[in-house]
Amino acid sequence: MAKIEFLNVTKTRSIDGEMRNVLDDVSVAVEKGTILAIGGPSGAGKSTMLRLANRLESATSGRVLLDGVDISTIDPIRLRRKVGMVFQLPSLFPLTVQENLTYGPGLRGVEPSSLEAKVREMLDMVDLPDLSPGRLAGELSVGQQQRVAIARTLMNEPEVLLMDEPTSALDPATAKSVLELVCDIRCRYGITVLFVSHSLEHSKLVGDRFLLIVDGRVIEESDIEAFFLGPSTELGRKFLAGELK
Amino acid sequence: MEYISLSYASLGIAVLFIISAMAVSFRYRLGLEKDLAVGAVRAFVQLTAIGYVLQLLFVSERWYYVVGMLVIMLAAAIKNAVARQSVTLKGMFTTLGISIFVGSALTTAVVIGIILRVKPWYSPRYLIPLAGSILGNSMTGAALALNRLRSDITHRKPEVEAALALGATSRQAVMPMIRDALKSAMLPSISSLMVVGIVHLPGMMAGQIIAGAYPVDAVKYQLMVVYMIAAAVAITSMMVVYLATSLFFTPDHMLKAEALGST
Ligand SMILES: Nc1ncnc2c1ncn2[C@@H]1O[C@H](COP(=O)(O)OP(=O)(O)O)[C@@H](O)[C@H]1O
Ligand SMILES: [Mg+2]
Repeated sequence: MAKIEFLNVTKTRSIDGEMRNVLDDVSVAVEKGTILAIGGPSGAGKSTMLRLANRLESATSGRVLLDGVDISTIDPIRLRRKVGMVFQLPSLFPLTVQENLTYGPGLRGVEPSSLEAKVREMLDMVDLPDLSPGRLAGELSVGQQQRVAIARTLMNEPEVLLMDEPTSALDPATAKSVLELVCDIRCRYGITVLFVSHSLEHSKLVGDRFLLIVDGRVIEESDIEAFFLGPSTELGRKFLAGELK
Repeated sequence: MEYISLSYASLGIAVLFIISAMAVSFRYRLGLEKDLAVGAVRAFVQLTAIGYVLQLLFVSERWYYVVGMLVIMLAAAIKNAVARQSVTLKGMFTTLGISIFVGSALTTAVVIGIILRVKPWYSPRYLIPLAGSILGNSMTGAALALNRLRSDITHRKPEVEAALALGATSRQAVMPMIRDALKSAMLPSISSLMVVGIVHLPGMMAGQIIAGAYPVDAVKYQLMVVYMIAAAVAITSMMVVYLATSLFFTPDHMLKAEALGST
């Protein structure tokens, strides 16, 4: 689908009145159709990295490229349809499931009534075949809500999917099934996925490659198997041993 | 019809009201005696001063005095609306200023020029009290709409960002919050439409009746006043929510972090 690349990306933020680099010269390339698992201690800059990729925020310096095109030259509305995002909390609108799913296409003028088959297909895709689209989103369990949130993002037919700890609000069993879902989505649609998780287990289950960031800096970027067999850096070993929090 | 002119001596007797309120405060140790005294003196000084200013306007009948007075009232309304914001952001003064100006100027112009056909248009007897009432309500509506919009966007930030991430423009993303803010700004003027005449006789109508107007005439004025207030509030708060989008978002449809504080 699409390749996404970070080139010397730095993001500076004012935190408690002082300017800090929350991302510091980050460079990484994610090939089409691969899943990059991103790990690192809390506050390392993982969420910030994702938010730069769909321009919810802008980089202080450096560039993010989508299929070679600098995303700062792409209209943010068009970019965000291509680069979808799923958040830690489902953040559904206080509307019905159907209305949540048709929201994205509706923004560009697609008639909600013409989307019934697609809504059905997406609910099947996220393993909610029996869910009535007329249900209010707020009535669903958190696990169901997160699946609906994923389906809502898929309705835009994105080429890249940014997932910011999508499993951390879920119980272990539900989390597992959502992880399987992420793999299914990649296989079915060939979407490139950036998957942030604080769980090493979850990263290992979904990732093709692994990126470790600590204090805004890239520590390692490697094949997922290779990382779990033996990190090549001291910080990587510490992280794997659970010594970095 | 003549009305009973109030002498300062008779007004002095009304001070007893304040003293009785002070007695209540003293009896229950509310500690409000000083506030009551200061409040009574302030009210006296402020109202007396404005009385002389209005007297001057009425005698001189010069359009530029009247307009000057309106500008001062407008500035005070804008300042007050800004002061009522629980968080102050760059650009709030402009947003509130333009909205209050447009909302009240439009409504006042229709009332003075088309409904009452006041001649000359700047006749302070009509323009000052009507514009004052419109400005006061525009100010309250504007302050309410902006406060509500900002706090809703802050509290519902995940929902706003989810909408942005799905390709919504900033305006589309905050549309639910815009609607709630508009509703909360407009509801007070709508509920006053519902209870006017039942729960209370509005001050302007009471004043007219005391001054010798026929109650039915005073009622017609009052109707015009409540209708014009509803319109002024609606126009002003609509302008506020539309202009306010740029306070919270960059032109690239990103939420301004500094506008909402960190989460
Ligand atoms: N909206 C914000 N305002 C100020 N600082 C923020 C904001 N969001 C994140 N930060 C700070 O930026 C740094 C990186 O945060 P983040 O990218 O969320 O880390 P992670 O997702 O890896 O936990 C942290 O120090 C965090 O406190
Ligand atoms: Mg995070």
